[in-house]
Amino acid sequence: MGAHARSPAQPGTARVLLAVLPALPTLAAVAGTLLLFSLFLLVQGQPAGEALMLIAQGAFGSTFAWQNTLMRAAPLMLTALCVALPARVGLIVIGGEGALALGGLAAAMLAQRLPDTMPWFLATPALAVAAMVTGGVWIGAVGALRQWRGVNETISSLLMAYIAIALFKFLVEGPLRDPASLNKPSTPTLPEPFMIGALPGLDVHWGLFWGVLVCIAAWVFVSHSTQGFAMRVTGGNPRAARLVGLPVNSLALTACVLGGAAAGLAGMFEVAAVQGSANAALLAGYGYAGILVAFAARQHPLAIVACALMIGGIEASGSLLQRRLDLPDATTLVLQGLLFANLLAWEALGKPLASWRVSLQGAAQSAPAHQMEQSHV
Amino acid sequence: MSDVQSPIAVLLLSLLAGAIRVSTPYLFVSLGECLTEKGGRVNLGLEGILVSGAMSGYAGAYLTGSPWAGVLIAGGIGLLLGCIHGLICSLPRVSDIAFGIALMLFGTGLAFYLGKPFIAPQAPMLVSIDLGAWSASPQLHNALQVNPLFVIGVVLALALQWGLRSTRWGMTLRLVGENAESARAMGYPITRVRIAATAAGGFFAGVGGAYLSLVYPGSWNEGLSSGQGLMAVALVIFARWQPLRCLWAALLFGAAGALGPALQAIGVTSGYYLFNAAPYVLTLAIMIVNCRQDRTLAGAPGELSLTR
Repeated sequence: MGAHARSPAQPGTARVLLAVLPALPTLAAVAGTLLLFSLFLLVQGQPAGEALMLIAQGAFGSTFAWQNTLMRAAPLMLTALCVALPARVGLIVIGGEGALALGGLAAAMLAQRLPDTMPWFLATPALAVAAMVTGGVWIGAVGALRQWRGVNETISSLLMAYIAIALFKFLVEGPLRDPASLNKPSTPTLPEPFMIGALPGLDVHWGLFWGVLVCIAAWVFVSHSTQGFAMRVTGGNPRAARLVGLPVNSLALTACVLGGAAAGLAGMFEVAAVQGSANAALLAGYGYAGILVAFAARQHPLAIVACALMIGGIEASGSLLQRRLDLPDATTLVLQGLLFANLLAWEALGKPLASWRVSLQGAAQSAPAHQMEQSHV
Repeated sequence: MSDVQSPIAVLLLSLLAGAIRVSTPYLFVSLGECLTEKGGRVNLGLEGILVSGAMSGYAGAYLTGSPWAGVLIAGGIGLLLGCIHGLICSLPRVSDIAFGIALMLFGTGLAFYLGKPFIAPQAPMLVSIDLGAWSASPQLHNALQVNPLFVIGVVLALALQWGLRSTRWGMTLRLVGENAESARAMGYPITRVRIAATAAGGFFAGVGGAYLSLVYPGSWNEGLSSGQGLMAVALVIFARWQPLRCLWAALLFGAAGALGPALQAIGVTSGYYLFNAAPYVLTLAIMIVNCRQDRTLAGAPGELSLTR
């Protein structure tokens, strides 16, 4: 790379390179992950090439694989926003699992109180609001503790997630348990009219549609609204943001509440479209995988949609790996961990890339100016 | 009067027993984190190292037939993972907090993957020292079964307390963590010191993990650790970066962790999950009480990203 930085590039190549440049750390991270993962399998005498093929096949190789992937991608988009929105104001929140669990529980609890005769177009929004408020309050508390008490948000959000999970298990196996659920403690099943159906022509529930829509809305909010801009300034330099009079505390709180609401909504869809009740199957780790999705997307709401598909695909391929190669189900966890570590480690490329970019920009701009001079002569 | 009957006495005894039994992993991980943070870095990945240590310690003890070999293997794995954290976080633009989260996921995934064949077999356990043989009460006798790893942890806390204060090495580490600029001016290799501190911290966390699988609860399964590695980070803040205070804090956390089982022993079974959440609530409460928005924490190393 050093050689590139020094040699003056042709204007055309310079422009192409400039376009590819921002993607370079991510590409290097993916390549590094695949290499390390293959080595990891080869050391144990496993066929690495076949395993990678199976992952691709299990993620996107058939209609069934696609449906499995999309089912997992839907909640991941929402839990990733629980990381990406607070990241806008410079907070690292990793407790989305708790907001998802309590959001789902709130939706299941409210469904018991609503009359069965209520039409779905009133009931579903009511359940969604209950879940979003619960998730928003839970993560909002993390933001409030950070801004007003200086409590580190990364640790407190994970502690809050553990507390939420304990509360969830206590309520589901205790006071809110449906006596009919014998070996799988659950809340009472949602009335049939309240269940959310599949998207037309697909076997995937409406949560996918809403996940994509919320990501687009989040993108519009963070990059095209005044408040979103103020959040970015705060994340870049909180002291400067305070100096220019931005309401740093309420911006941080808003970002946390919105993120928590997104994760809560994911819980509502898991209850009302997949599980049918709140039970331990809700704690499938979507909150934790969402952290990886958000970091892979570099906290960009639109990139989250693509990254959720990728991570959802990796998770979906687990059962195929287990069946064909007899690999443990934690194989996909190893792959995700390697990917996460690589994504962060290759950030180090940013420094040389920045200087390379400056020299490329110089090369790309020198050409038109040169031509213009000639035409005038 | 050979048996303790009163429920309060039984509860207190179980809490005491629990404090000693449950505190050891907290102690080792918090000492490791304390050492890492003294150098100015945070390793949130100690949770992943703890789980990896538990798995490799169990597997090592099973394969070699010696629990102490298992403890050393667990420490070695912890050292390796700590080294990775130290090296990668020395690269420019890599956040130690974010990489810690990645290491948490990676270490856990790796342990689950490699630990699959070791869930069923029974590995040899570390034998405890019987300090309660004089007592006629079986509960007290039981409470005073002290494991050698706990004793090692106590000695380690004392040694670190002394070493950080009074040895050349300890002073260098503290200077690097307190003010990297002046350490650089005096010609100390900042990066190398930090990597060494993180690696040593990883070793301790790995040993703490071996305690989980080889002593208490004393088996390997995927639900073995429940955030002890992460709570240790909060515990270090509570202990104000003093190794000896880490010992008292670990005992307190151990007692909180023993609250659920202790209440079960006297017949309180409802709300089991809620009482098990006691350590998390305690951690959060401690952080809320100890942190302030307008000033950095007393005793915090100056270079620490965690408290900025």
